[in-house]
Amino acid sequence: MLSEKEVKMRIDKQQKKILVTLLLLCLITPVGILLPMFFNAGNAWGEWSAQTLKDIIGYVPQGLAKYSDVWKAPIADYSINSGDRSVIHQSGFYLVSGIVGATITYVVMLFISRLITKKDE
Amino acid sequence: MHIPDGYLSPQTYIPLFGLFVAATAIGVKKVKTDISARNIPYLGMAAAFSFLIMMFNLPIPGGTTGHAVGSAVIAILFGPWAAMIAVSVALIIQAFIFGDGGITAIGANCFNMAVFMPFVSYYVFKIFNNNSSEKRRVTFSAFIAGYFSLVLTSILTAVEFGIQPLIASTADGKALYCPYDLSVAIPAMAIEHLLFFGIIEGIITAFIVGYFLRNDPGMIYAFRKGGKDANR
Repeated sequence: MLSEKEVKMRIDKQQKKILVTLLLLCLITPVGILLPMFFNAGNAWGEWSAQTLKDIIGYVPQGLAKYSDVWKAPIADYSINSGDRSVIHQSGFYLVSGIVGATITYVVMLFISRLITKKDE
Repeated sequence: MHIPDGYLSPQTYIPLFGLFVAATAIGVKKVKTDISARNIPYLGMAAAFSFLIMMFNLPIPGGTTGHAVGSAVIAILFGPWAAMIAVSVALIIQAFIFGDGGITAIGANCFNMAVFMPFVSYYVFKIFNNNSSEKRRVTFSAFIAGYFSLVLTSILTAVEFGIQPLIASTADGKALYCPYDLSVAIPAMAIEHLLFFGIIEGIITAFIVGYFLRNDPGMIYAFRKGGKDANR
């Protein structure tokens, strides 16, 4: 049997390992825009902007036009400047978005979990 | 799979938002009785993982892109209710900060990827695994759970898109919201997920569940809850 201290150390080590893995995932997020670029793949199905949809079907549905701009996201499309054509810049924006987004998600979820999990006896 | 603003009519996104809120209310109660505070760090990491894995857009050459969601593995490791909350947090942050998925569509997106998907994954895993702890069986069941949960979620999303022309169009027959009907939306979304993205979700699920099976099997929720259900 492992002592309580040994168990705790193992858990700490495991958590550290997962955190490092997540950090590595952050660092390779640019793959998520580079691969589609390389293989010339566009939007996900059903996620076209109003303008793109107009190019495809010839018009912007009225309701869609009304709602599509209802919210202006501060880092829209994981980029701080979507007009910038530089692939390197876009990769950088994407990477930073990954780090920022994952960190916020992590912290918010820690906070919520603290409120809603069962207290240990 | 992140439905943007404008693609769903209020007749669709309001009820889905209601369903999501109701599910969350139940979920919070379930987590309170089911998930111990030891899991707090893991739940944070699970939410961050889901956020990140959704950033890995994979291309279908010359076509569209898609991605895994991570709900499947989180549901097996921490239970469907905790998965629901973790993935919702990721989706809500994606919508508000990064404009990935609409604000009006938050209920729909959370219902699809954070409520429906973890439950499908969890029960598919339970049925296929049938309480085994044999490595090949567990890994296979996890793959199937990841695969089917993502494929079925993509079909659910396609149905939400595809019913829009039936719900609302202008007098001259033009769509008001998503312009594609079921006959277009379902094949488009189902085929890419059946042939590609579902397999990715399956591999990720199998790989991570396999890791915890080797290193910390006691942590896996689907095992802890196993005995009770299996005896029925």
